[in-house]
Amino acid sequence: MIAAEADKPTIKPQGDKSVIKLKDITRIYKVGVERIHALDGISLELKENEYVAVMGASGSGKSTLMNVLGCLDRATSGYYGLDGQDTTKLSDAALARVRNERIGFVFQSFELLSQLTAIKNVEMPLIYSRNGWRSRRKRAQSVLERVGLSDRIKHKPNQLSGGEKQRVAIARALVCGPSILLADEPTGNLDSKTSESIMELFDKLHQEGQTIIIVTHEEFVAHHAERIIHMKDGRIFSDMPSNRKKANETEMYHEEQGRAS
Amino acid sequence: MRFIMRAIIGFFRLFYQSVFLSLSQIWANKTRSILTTIGIVIGVASVTAVIAALSGLKAKILTQVETLGSNTIFIQPKRPDTGPLQHAPWWSIRFLPEQFDGMLEHCPSVKRFGRQTWAGSQTVSFREKSVENVSIRGIEPDCHKIESRPVMLGRPLSVIDEMQVRQVCLIDPKLRNDLRLDRDCIGQPILIGHNTFYIIGVLEPRPESLFGGGDQERSEIFIPFKTSFKLQRYLYIGVLAESKSAEVSEDARAEISFFLRRTRNIKPGEPDNFEVMSLQNLLDMFNKMALIVTMVASGIVGISLLVGGVGIMNIMLVTVSERTREIGLRKAVGAKKSAILTQFLIESVVLCFVGGLVGIGFGQLLTTGIANIPKVELDMAYIPLWAIGISFGFSGAVGIFFGMFPAIKAARLDPIEALRHE
Ligand SMILES: Nc1ncnc2c1ncn2[C@@H]1O[C@H](COP(=O)(O)OP(=O)(O)OP(=O)(O)O)[C@@H](O)[C@H]1O
Ligand SMILES: [Mg+2]
Repeated sequence: MIAAEADKPTIKPQGDKSVIKLKDITRIYKVGVERIHALDGISLELKENEYVAVMGASGSGKSTLMNVLGCLDRATSGYYGLDGQDTTKLSDAALARVRNERIGFVFQSFELLSQLTAIKNVEMPLIYSRNGWRSRRKRAQSVLERVGLSDRIKHKPNQLSGGEKQRVAIARALVCGPSILLADEPTGNLDSKTSESIMELFDKLHQEGQTIIIVTHEEFVAHHAERIIHMKDGRIFSDMPSNRKKANETEMYHEEQGRAS
Repeated sequence: MRFIMRAIIGFFRLFYQSVFLSLSQIWANKTRSILTTIGIVIGVASVTAVIAALSGLKAKILTQVETLGSNTIFIQPKRPDTGPLQHAPWWSIRFLPEQFDGMLEHCPSVKRFGRQTWAGSQTVSFREKSVENVSIRGIEPDCHKIESRPVMLGRPLSVIDEMQVRQVCLIDPKLRNDLRLDRDCIGQPILIGHNTFYIIGVLEPRPESLFGGGDQERSEIFIPFKTSFKLQRYLYIGVLAESKSAEVSEDARAEISFFLRRTRNIKPGEPDNFEVMSLQNLLDMFNKMALIVTMVASGIVGISLLVGGVGIMNIMLVTVSERTREIGLRKAVGAKKSAILTQFLIESVVLCFVGGLVGIGFGQLLTTGIANIPKVELDMAYIPLWAIGISFGFSGAVGIFFGMFPAIKAARLDPIEALRHE
């Protein structure tokens, strides 16, 4: 199953390589004369294969942080290194390429194109990619398999359930083999049972080596992650390993070994 | 080098994708697309139909030039545009046969000329059969050489027929059939009015003609020029002449005018009461007219393309705002500005091309329509290939020009704002 995805290492990485490095990131919106500090000095480091949940009250700057991390938005000041590359000085076109090749976005409202089939939706980022054109059908197919949707390839979004739509969206985020998967409230539009199954999918991707950041309001979602960051007023309020990680570190490792084989 | 190759391949992919995407968009919004492209459809349909009509007319004139020879000159009485003769009755300015006597000696550029008369329509009969409304022309033998109407049976009119004012005639095959004459009808007597004429030959059927006038249904009889005055005392006379070569055809016209002004006693300063026209002249006049028609038509087409273009721009703006989230998403997954721009530009061009295609279809229908109107000389109307090229070119240009603004608007959208839209 994992072998089909050529861009990913098949062995679980060690997790000491830095993927994201933020230093004193601020994002200031100007509304009239008012200056809103949506991000107010964020410093953060994420290693490869980390599994992070970001929590916080509404308006605390979670989405703003995700947009900056996803290179959709530029920080007002500070340093943002992605895979060791400084992104703050990149041109718009170069940022578009970074988004295409190294970032996978999952949205709360799925954002599938309604006139395209599931597989066409998944192929879409490959249109804009430099070397994704030739094998795009195959790659889309294998990544749909990875999210457990190989039997819904020809369905249009309106023929899919909410959970299935989100799986297609996750497949689309993964198709270019991104360094990080960013999900802003991926379960916000789903019932709790479906949310749980989507979170199991994230767990599985994490075990396969994917670095993941999830924004959420729900405790049970956050507790799938290994590290939980709380935000408040544009600052990091707390940053700690989750209970799950602390309690079951060794046990989980064995369990993963069992599931992956 | 590699970079350029990559850019080209990248563009090709985007192009291919965008074309399919926009076709599916157009298909998904059929009614809207039809309404939007109506301006383009009308513009293209009318331009192709006008070009088709003009091309047909020109093709017709060129065939005519082939049968008549491009050195042919027509001479006819004509009321001047100014002066006291402006409203003169036709008989006062008609040609008299003797006004042309000695023309060849005085006009060195003229090779030959022939007078002809139109002796009106007569009833022609053979035994019990009779045919009404046959047009009778009296011609001098040289007319045969100027206007190529080969004699397929028997012999043409000769100088001796002319000198002896013989009652002989040439008929066309249609009349031979209608009168139930034998195939070899040479020497048979027929009655034209109350006069007996002997058939000396059968002409080839008349080629389709613009200037010869009359419809194809009417039969024709040619008789010697002088003999025609036996049927009627006063006749309308016209003259066909031929210049020695196409190069001297203008000289020939000038010489003839000069000669006729003298024989018709026109004083210096008075306007001509006749006209001398070469086929080249007619062709020039046609080209001038065609140019004016083309210009007027282009004006109309331009306006309808403008209206069509504004419609396209409007619908593209609607499309962009409807699909703001899609644009945001595409940017989020790595589409550059140029990719979004290309996508929407291609969409508007494809929309215009579809309009152009439908327009050419309608233009073809219109062309078939006008080609089948009876008694209008447009049966050779056709849409030339270059007109199709121009139609597509203009449609594409309209698509690019009016699609540019919406496409730029789409490309400039901020992805975050776009994803938050609605
Ligand atoms: N485009 C904008 N212009 C001005 N202010 C903005 C803009 N976007 C966000 N903000 C402000 O920045 C702050 C952080 O917003 P953000 O969307 O990041 O919050 P959030 O943590 O994602 O909230 P939620 O949990 O409700 O999604 C808020 O106070 C918001 O009002
Ligand atoms: Mg948010």
